[in-house]
Amino acid sequence: MQSRPLRIALLTSTLLASAFAAHAEDVTLTIESWRNDDLSIWQDKLIPAFEASHPGVKVVFAPSAPTEYNAALNSKLDAGSAGDLITCRPFDASLELYNKGKLTDLSGLAAMANFSDVAKSAWSTDDGKATFCVPMASVIHGFIYNKDAFDALGIAVPTTQAEFYAALDKIKADGTYIPMAMGTNDQWEAATMGYQNIGPNYWKGEEGRLALIKGEQKLTDPQWVAPFTELAKWKDYLGDGFEAQTYPDSQNLFTLGRAAIYPAGSWEISGFNTQAQFKMGAFPPPVQNAGDDCYISDHTDIAIGMNAASPHSDQAKAFLEWVGSPEFATLYANALPGFFSLNSTPVKMEDPLAQEFVSWREKCKSTIRSTYQILSRGTPNLENETWTASANVIKGTETPEAAAAKLQEGLASWYAPQQK
Amino acid sequence: MAARKPIRWHIPVFLAPAVLVYTAIMIVPLFGTLNLSLFSVNDARETVFAGLDNFRTLFTDPRWSASFWNALKNNTWFFIIHMLVQNPIGILLAALLSSPRLRMAAFYRTAIFIPTILSFVIVGFVWKLILSPIWGIAPGMLDAIGLKSLFAPWLGKEQYALTTLALVSVWQFIGIPMMLIYAALLSIPDEVLEAAEMDGITGASQFWKIKLPLILPSIGIISILTFVGNFNAFDLIYVAQGALAGPNFSTDILGTFLYRTFFGFQLQLGDPHMGATIATAMFFIILVGVCFYLFTIQTRLRRYQF
Repeated sequence: MQSRPLRIALLTSTLLASAFAAHAEDVTLTIESWRNDDLSIWQDKLIPAFEASHPGVKVVFAPSAPTEYNAALNSKLDAGSAGDLITCRPFDASLELYNKGKLTDLSGLAAMANFSDVAKSAWSTDDGKATFCVPMASVIHGFIYNKDAFDALGIAVPTTQAEFYAALDKIKADGTYIPMAMGTNDQWEAATMGYQNIGPNYWKGEEGRLALIKGEQKLTDPQWVAPFTELAKWKDYLGDGFEAQTYPDSQNLFTLGRAAIYPAGSWEISGFNTQAQFKMGAFPPPVQNAGDDCYISDHTDIAIGMNAASPHSDQAKAFLEWVGSPEFATLYANALPGFFSLNSTPVKMEDPLAQEFVSWREKCKSTIRSTYQILSRGTPNLENETWTASANVIKGTETPEAAAAKLQEGLASWYAPQQK
Repeated sequence: MAARKPIRWHIPVFLAPAVLVYTAIMIVPLFGTLNLSLFSVNDARETVFAGLDNFRTLFTDPRWSASFWNALKNNTWFFIIHMLVQNPIGILLAALLSSPRLRMAAFYRTAIFIPTILSFVIVGFVWKLILSPIWGIAPGMLDAIGLKSLFAPWLGKEQYALTTLALVSVWQFIGIPMMLIYAALLSIPDEVLEAAEMDGITGASQFWKIKLPLILPSIGIISILTFVGNFNAFDLIYVAQGALAGPNFSTDILGTFLYRTFFGFQLQLGDPHMGATIATAMFFIILVGVCFYLFTIQTRLRRYQF
């Protein structure tokens, strides 16, 4: 139980502190975020642009570590010490905050008209009536490759699975490069960059994802087991000791030029651009047969909302209107190549690798990660189970069928539409 | 009629600071946790009294109980490794250090004790790097002595990961039993040892027959400290393997299980009530262990007065 006087005392002290820090007449808005990598971009590019057009409002970007963000944010919101603007995780984590009254309904913002329903889906109530965060960006999955290595070995960019495995075999036979940089130590790589990366081509993107939510398909159906079957083949192409290889290990292996292909999310682009000394290219997850429709995971990942307890709601709303504007979209997408704007207005990006990723939106159908909407609401948590299952399948300690059966059993244990 | 004894105010006054601090930061949170475990949140998002329902879920629901028993089993193995490796080696090191002929004893003592004062974060990362199959020095060192074939990505293999981490923890904490036993060995009076020498008991048999019985109470204390420490362990596993305690939950101990449940992880939202239930179960496991020690072992230990 939180006592009211304590909460007020906390609030006033925060207010007083911030009021003294800035000029007395200025209002200071604080942004809570997990993107501590982006601190300099916010401070040097985004915030000055906003402050220039909105005199009298100061903005402070106050990120915390990604793994601690959810727990820290919840505690801060409960204690009344959270910032005015809250960076929103997609789906249930934010929905829970909205249901608890911690986030404001932003459906009335003019800028919301700039976003499609799909873009807003991650931050709307299940019935779609209220949207509580302004969508900022999505991330696209695919494979980043070492162009120099491909040229040296005479490998063309693979478009089908057969070509993909042929390329991997060729790299392995040559022996100069580790064919693929991925480890299973952190587990999420296997699920996010493995299963969710190649999966949409099998379960046909949105079609399969929605059918799973409605209970019309099961995780043990062939289209949901097939991605696991493919992952099981990856084992032979990973580096020695991949079982203990961590996510930073994989990144370093690739950027040091020791591995040829990196199963990626587009968020890697800016980091890789500064680290890698060779030319890079990207290709979407290969399709089963030439000419098949392709599907990509274009996952709504980051948005920003307003703390319902914020004393500066007018200024915060002005900031959110600005975040929803095409001006912000252009600034953000170019400052952080790989975080693609969800704004309906097309955004011009300079980075070639980012352009390559975003070009897949034209020729492939977009979907989001299958486990994120609704299906990870119960215990056991489907997303977390998928991490373990994907890592087990790649290591070969569990068969694709057994892994899928375990996921289905866990989901059916609490999700009514899957119990039929 | 004798005058009533005046109330001795100095006793409560001097006790007060410790009692107040201890109550505020230990007793109150403990009962808060016990209390939290008796409630749950219903579908209408109201907190309702659930009695022992959470415990029923923890012990009988197939998924919860599988996770719980897995964590308890791993935790027990973690403890067994410490008892079998850390404490005997600690005693051995102490015996060597107390030998009067050993030169540079102070240096060895300090060197062996230093890991104990390091942060878990440093120990976790350093060992992860040493054992890394990509950048680590462990594969290279094994290669240098022709044993490269023995190397495996230990932290990534289900069958080795927990034992590896337990040994890392042993490496870190070996200084504690060593120092306690060393102190106990130094406190053995010379008269006793001289008397033993007069009777012809020297060297190893002196250690087994004279010194070991005299340090048994210290070994008992170390065992119970190890028990409590191991069943409350969390940091090393979290730093090295993350909250999911991979691979495939093979390094999941009660502490990481509690953390994941209480605070949530990634898409899993935190559940304070089930978390408190696990914390309460941990509390009782440790309580039972400590009581067992106090009432059955401690009372049988013989104490010697000099």
